[in-house]
Amino acid sequence: MKSIGVKFILYFILISIGYAYLYPLLYMFTTSFMTVEDLVNPTVSWLPTRITFENFKKSWTVLEASKTLLNSVYLSVIPSVLQALVTALIAYGLSRFNFPLKRLWLFLILATFLIPTQVTIVTKYMLFSRLRLVGTPLVSFLPAVTGQGIRSSIFILLYYNFFNMLPKTFDEAAELDGANSFQIFRRIMLPLSLPAIVTTFIFSLVWYWNETLLTGMLLGNEIKTLPLALRDFVVRFALMFPAADGSAANRINEGIRMSATLMTILPLLIIYLILQRQFVESLERTGITGE
Amino acid sequence: MRLSKGKRKALTGYLYIMPWIIGFAVFTAYPFFYSLYLSFFDLDFTVFGISSTFAGLKHYLYAFRVDTNFPIQFWNTLLSVGLSTPLILIFSLVAAILLNNKLKARSFFRLLYFLPVVIISGPVISELVVNNAAQIVDPRRYFIYNFFAALPGTVSYPFLYMFNNLILILWFSGVQIIFFLAGLQKINGSIYEAAKIDGANSWIIFWKMTLPLVKPFLLVNAIYTIVDLASFANNPVNTSITQRMFDVDKPYSYSAALSWIYFVSIMVLIGVTFLLLRPKEGTR
Repeated sequence: MKSIGVKFILYFILISIGYAYLYPLLYMFTTSFMTVEDLVNPTVSWLPTRITFENFKKSWTVLEASKTLLNSVYLSVIPSVLQALVTALIAYGLSRFNFPLKRLWLFLILATFLIPTQVTIVTKYMLFSRLRLVGTPLVSFLPAVTGQGIRSSIFILLYYNFFNMLPKTFDEAAELDGANSFQIFRRIMLPLSLPAIVTTFIFSLVWYWNETLLTGMLLGNEIKTLPLALRDFVVRFALMFPAADGSAANRINEGIRMSATLMTILPLLIIYLILQRQFVESLERTGITGE
Repeated sequence: MRLSKGKRKALTGYLYIMPWIIGFAVFTAYPFFYSLYLSFFDLDFTVFGISSTFAGLKHYLYAFRVDTNFPIQFWNTLLSVGLSTPLILIFSLVAAILLNNKLKARSFFRLLYFLPVVIISGPVISELVVNNAAQIVDPRRYFIYNFFAALPGTVSYPFLYMFNNLILILWFSGVQIIFFLAGLQKINGSIYEAAKIDGANSWIIFWKMTLPLVKPFLLVNAIYTIVDLASFANNPVNTSITQRMFDVDKPYSYSAALSWIYFVSIMVLIGVTFLLLRPKEGTR
């Protein structure tokens, strides 16, 4: 029933906001393909006059992408799988069993969400260095397997709400048939909670991929992920391409830096494009937004 | 020994949450309280091991009286969290209300606004900012920016902050928009129709109906935003905390004190937010 004018204004605002959202990505995308001449030429603002892949070649070497990409993949996939399974197990315990102090545990699970990463960074480093684990992948696997992974509180709560919505009659029927509680979890709850598993997995994946504050500290210099390599990009570029000869070709420029940034987020962009529905709609479907 | 059914169930329940309890003790509670303990002590690394001596409030006083970098980085971080949070909340609520209309391209826009959540990370943001990719227009070219810039600092700062950090505010709003949108969709459409029949216009409907109904979501979103921003890898305060860790004269403990100053301030921020947005007694 809305008039065309109102609709027009609405679309105009939404598109303007959308442009603001996309601007950094578009800028990054076009700049990555620009030659040095295009970058310094003030008349070239969006479309490069000649498309070059030189920037990507350089940043691939500086990022050591063949190695760091693999590191990023296993350091985000494995903890995410662990997190998706363990948080489900914990939430199942909270949802289906009554035990003393349950409210206290629920409260603590919520409370841990509020602790900023920085507060425990010093003592976590001390803890892992005393265990001689600094620089090993265990620094992110161990917390994930004990339900202390990145933002695990959100996921426990998400599963908890999800399990509470599943009727208990399923469990009771299975129990009468002689199934124990773990069988009920494995054969009934897990298959039914596929949306929650997918949500937990993909969000963990993205957050583990992008985490640099804590892992940057705990992984030390032994393991570099793609975002960590991007963090040290300028320094490493100067080491690998010394600009002593003064030629412009070996100097770092926006084109190279933007291509490195694009390479770091490209795997995430691809995942997002493939799983777009899961990302946005799963947040609503799993019922995290309300009791 | 045979246990009653209730006791057996309770034990099984504990078995399921045991991984969390162990992990909580080892990887959360211990580092959390140990850093509080450390902040009051001096550590000495000798060949025989680590010895600690009580230092009282020494590190806390040093942070504000002697350290020249920390206070600046600390206030800048707090100011940016404190200013960004309301801006993100207002923007994401407006965006959610716009998206709540019946539109053909609704899911496209929703997808677009959510995209940054997937790619945001410390190094990516710094690269975008350093290479001018996060600056759509130069705000200094506009009259309104210069008008605010001419005002006294305390008045103009929030406005200039908003203009300078526009893209970052948008990029941190993705999850909040989806939350608000889900909240808005739970509201039954018929109450709007009833209000319209009673002669209410959209302005009144927003203030008297939509806002009270999304208020619970406002609180959740506000807390999520503060936590999200506070833990972000690019906060100036992080440099203090991580770089001072290996200071020869005060290893670890000074950083621990800094992190606790930061923690308490963020908790105060969350506390104030909770008081402002808390559900009123008896209305639930």
